[in-house]
Amino acid sequence: MEEKRYFDVDNIDVAVIGAGHAGCEAALACARLGLETVVFTVSVDSIALMPCNPNIGGSSKGHLVRELDALGGEMGKNIDKTFIQSKMLGTSKGPAVHSLRAQADKREYSTSMRKVLEQQEHLTIKQAEVCELLWSEVENDNSVNSDNAFRKVITGVVTGTGATYHAKAVVLCTGVYLNARCLTGESITHTGPNGLMAATHLSDSLREMGIELRRFKTGTPARMDGKSIDFSKMVEQPGDERIIPFSFSTDPDSIQKEQVSCWLTYTNEETHQVIRENLHRSPIYAGIIEGVGPRYCPSIEDKVVKFPDRERHQVFLEPEGLYTDEMYVDGMSSSLPEEVQLKMYRTVPGLEHCRIVRNAYAIEYDCISARQLYPSLEFKAVKGLFAGGQFNGSSGYEEAAAQGFVAGVNAAMEIFGKDPLILTRDESYIGVLIDDLVTKDNKEPYRMMTSRAEYRLLLRQDNADLRLRKYGYEIGLVSREIFEATVEMQHQIEEEMERLRSISLGANSRVQELLEQMGTTSLKTAATLADLLCRPELHYDDLAVLDPDRPELSDRVKEQVEIEIKYEGYIARQKKQVEQFQKMENRKIPADLDYDEVPSLRIEARAKLKEYNPISIGQASRISGVTPADVSVLLIYLEHRS
Amino acid sequence: MKGLFEDTIAAIATPLSAGGISIIRISGKDAVPIADTVCVTKSGKHFVKSMASHTVHYGFVAGSDGQIIDEVLTSVFLSPKSYTGENVVEISCHGGIVVTRKILGRILECGARLAEPGDFSKRAYLNGRMDLSQAEAVMDLITSESDAAAKASVHQLTGMLSGRIGEIREKILFETAHLEAAMDDPEHYDLTDYAEEFLPLLNALMSEIKKLMDSYSAGRILREGISTVILGQPNTGKSSLLNLLLGQERAIVSDISGTTRDTLEETLSLGDVTLHLIDTAGLRDADDPVEQIGVERALNAAAEAQLILYVIDSSLPLSEEDVQRISEYPNAFRVVILNKNDLQEAFVYEDAKKVFSDIPVISFSSKTGDGLLKLQDLIRDSFYRGAIQEESSIVITRARHMEALSDALKSLELVKDSVMAGMPEDLYTVDLMNAYRSLGLIIGAEIEDDLADKIFSEFCLGK
Repeated sequence: MEEKRYFDVDNIDVAVIGAGHAGCEAALACARLGLETVVFTVSVDSIALMPCNPNIGGSSKGHLVRELDALGGEMGKNIDKTFIQSKMLGTSKGPAVHSLRAQADKREYSTSMRKVLEQQEHLTIKQAEVCELLWSEVENDNSVNSDNAFRKVITGVVTGTGATYHAKAVVLCTGVYLNARCLTGESITHTGPNGLMAATHLSDSLREMGIELRRFKTGTPARMDGKSIDFSKMVEQPGDERIIPFSFSTDPDSIQKEQVSCWLTYTNEETHQVIRENLHRSPIYAGIIEGVGPRYCPSIEDKVVKFPDRERHQVFLEPEGLYTDEMYVDGMSSSLPEEVQLKMYRTVPGLEHCRIVRNAYAIEYDCISARQLYPSLEFKAVKGLFAGGQFNGSSGYEEAAAQGFVAGVNAAMEIFGKDPLILTRDESYIGVLIDDLVTKDNKEPYRMMTSRAEYRLLLRQDNADLRLRKYGYEIGLVSREIFEATVEMQHQIEEEMERLRSISLGANSRVQELLEQMGTTSLKTAATLADLLCRPELHYDDLAVLDPDRPELSDRVKEQVEIEIKYEGYIARQKKQVEQFQKMENRKIPADLDYDEVPSLRIEARAKLKEYNPISIGQASRISGVTPADVSVLLIYLEHRS
Repeated sequence: MKGLFEDTIAAIATPLSAGGISIIRISGKDAVPIADTVCVTKSGKHFVKSMASHTVHYGFVAGSDGQIIDEVLTSVFLSPKSYTGENVVEISCHGGIVVTRKILGRILECGARLAEPGDFSKRAYLNGRMDLSQAEAVMDLITSESDAAAKASVHQLTGMLSGRIGEIREKILFETAHLEAAMDDPEHYDLTDYAEEFLPLLNALMSEIKKLMDSYSAGRILREGISTVILGQPNTGKSSLLNLLLGQERAIVSDISGTTRDTLEETLSLGDVTLHLIDTAGLRDADDPVEQIGVERALNAAAEAQLILYVIDSSLPLSEEDVQRISEYPNAFRVVILNKNDLQEAFVYEDAKKVFSDIPVISFSSKTGDGLLKLQDLIRDSFYRGAIQEESSIVITRARHMEALSDALKSLELVKDSVMAGMPEDLYTVDLMNAYRSLGLIIGAEIEDDLADKIFSEFCLGK
């Protein structure tokens, strides 16, 4: 290594490796905080590329985008600029399950984000493959537990051409590019997604630093020529009439526009037959793929195997953008051979004569188990080295962006000598995402899901700004003006709730008549406006006739008031659960705790605790393999110690 | 493997009494060397160190001066397969308060520390040898007053309660998982008509929890005895009845009415069933303020009693007041004792049967003891069979468990409210998870930061 010639290019603050959804957020966060930042990408044309599905958001992922927006991220603003259809999902369910999803014009999304990066002060875009990381060893290691202390400090990166960038912090956002391999049946190419160049050197450098790598896989369906599809055999899926933006900063009126439709069709027994007959030619079932795929974003092969009794599975045809006829076949990702793919797709109603533009493929890549990271997304073993996105073992654009943002912010916080931004499970999906990644043993690409958030009723997509603006403001990525507007809105919500609780309606004939007109039962005794709002069939706007003196309030305030009152009991009980949770989170475990000194821990628990080095009793209790009795032992030990 | 505790503890594990065998238990890393020091063979050799785990050896305990204290049986249980998970040695001696204490003293002299209440079970729990409800059962076992209570504790000890709670939790978790799967994968997990399927299941879960809760009062009877009150007019022979049941002169008996001015309390075992007996002052309009208080107490005790033995003097005609009084306690199990059948009866058994139709009547004589066996059988049969359902032998005996069950039930009731109100299904999970957690607290599957200490501080020495 010493003999290698380096060309010293620059002294910078932060090097971000990769310009996908994670890398863009990381780079923007650092540069916006005034740090000299270089973002490296193997291709400038692939900035913020959407190599898989053509949409942003969806169940629980929509929450991530809104939280990211509240903190000062870019994804929400970018999709608001480039969407071609928008839909609020889950509206037949409770407010916790509502989630926004927008179809993107893929090329617009990518170029629009590229422009934002280009126009950002302190940010440089560099097309180069980073092949090596530079670090130095820490000399004085005073810490009691050496497992715990930084042994290495990152000092910079080297590109394929030998150019060296000295940096105070490095953020790894390599996505699925490290040693990537794409598989379509027996055909294997060593490329990244969409035929792009893979990054083949960095893995060795990471291993040399002592970072453990693993292999994951994911897949994508075929893209079809829209002209070859018979949409008359499918069910049209239009967008919402009233479009709700992702970003809290986007004026809803400014984005109402004509939308394109998606189309729903189904697989059938014939489709499944083709798949079953050719399963042995699917790389994963033939044992060619060693990486583990996501259970929750399964290929059509997986679905047919997992649900053998199902007569059909949903298939959505989604436009890739306005610039092309290509359609994405959502629900049918596959790694079967090309000719099998065609046969399989052509069994689906509407796709009988389809022409495939791009084949479906599976992609296998190097990534890490995020157990090697602190919740700040910094490597436990390397000071100044952060990681975000699919490299951490997640899947999905939104998951990537959220982590990239946190990794970037915390790289900056470390340079500034400030406390890291660590979001918790009780205040955000981002907190759940990162806690799960760094605490649990994830054996497959991690996908965000509503069910993963225990306190989902509090973590709604509609109140992400009320929950998180304060952190964005503290970090310095949300302006005072915006923060104060959020505080003011909170104030209005509370005031209005108070008002509704205090106004009582008598059970007089006028009131009864109006209630009857609204299709709800009459009053037995006097009731407050809040009492009426608790009725499932009544909404805030319905009560206007009974409430002539109500103040002028924004739609968002009205929405919050209605949800907070209607689900008051549930929300209160969920808050109780959070109190319980926080008790355990607040019992901190000293960083220098030597688990070998804690008597009576079971061997497995001791090994797990040493490996994860949890920051709190709460985190310790979530580690798989650590039992409640182990946690009691730990609690008693900590009590004796203090 | 290092133990959680550096020290070795010892205590007398059996109740200290004049007769019977006593066991001294030693646990900790030095249990074997300490036992080895104090135990010798007839020829004076030390043998404990060479004993295999789970074996018993005959020998003697000698004092520091070499004098034999007692002849003993020594059992060795090596870690981790022991009660506490540590090395454990148990020394069974012939007992007697003095000798047992002497042996313990000798063991402490050799480096063991006298165990604090609950120390042994705390170690067992922390070493993963028992779960919380099992640990609590140990505590019940040593404080239980009768055979039936001991049986309930044994069931809990072998994990029956844990098993039942585990089953209920499993079902709750399954439904929650289904509801959550439907949130994220509505295509494959459909909730159409779910509420209708869910409701009967919810009702079943609630009734299972209720059944466990119902056993609580039974559990209380088992642990504390059936609260029994002897009521009746003055001088009908209530105290004589008490003495007869106890088989000893406990209450002062005289012909002068109003002799018992206050309530007297006694515990007695009728086979498997423990009675917590309260003798009361005779019920009359007393002028004496002290006696008046006694009457009031009697009535208060009766209001809470589970069994009322109402004594009537059969040599006198039936008074309307008696009929009135008895009818005032419909919730208690009542028995009419027609006392003094050795005298000329003014109110005969057949008439009493008619008057008190559904209340059992026993012709009785506290002088001759006639009717006593009948009374004992009646109490045993009615209560033992009634209190402990054949089918549900799990009995809730602890207030902590009762509270957790009641919380779980409340949460499930809220789920039911949500179903009935037609709320979106995803909201069910808030209260389902609360129920799940409450139940988990019983078996220690959920963490409460001060739980372990709270529980183990109640323990008796030596367990």
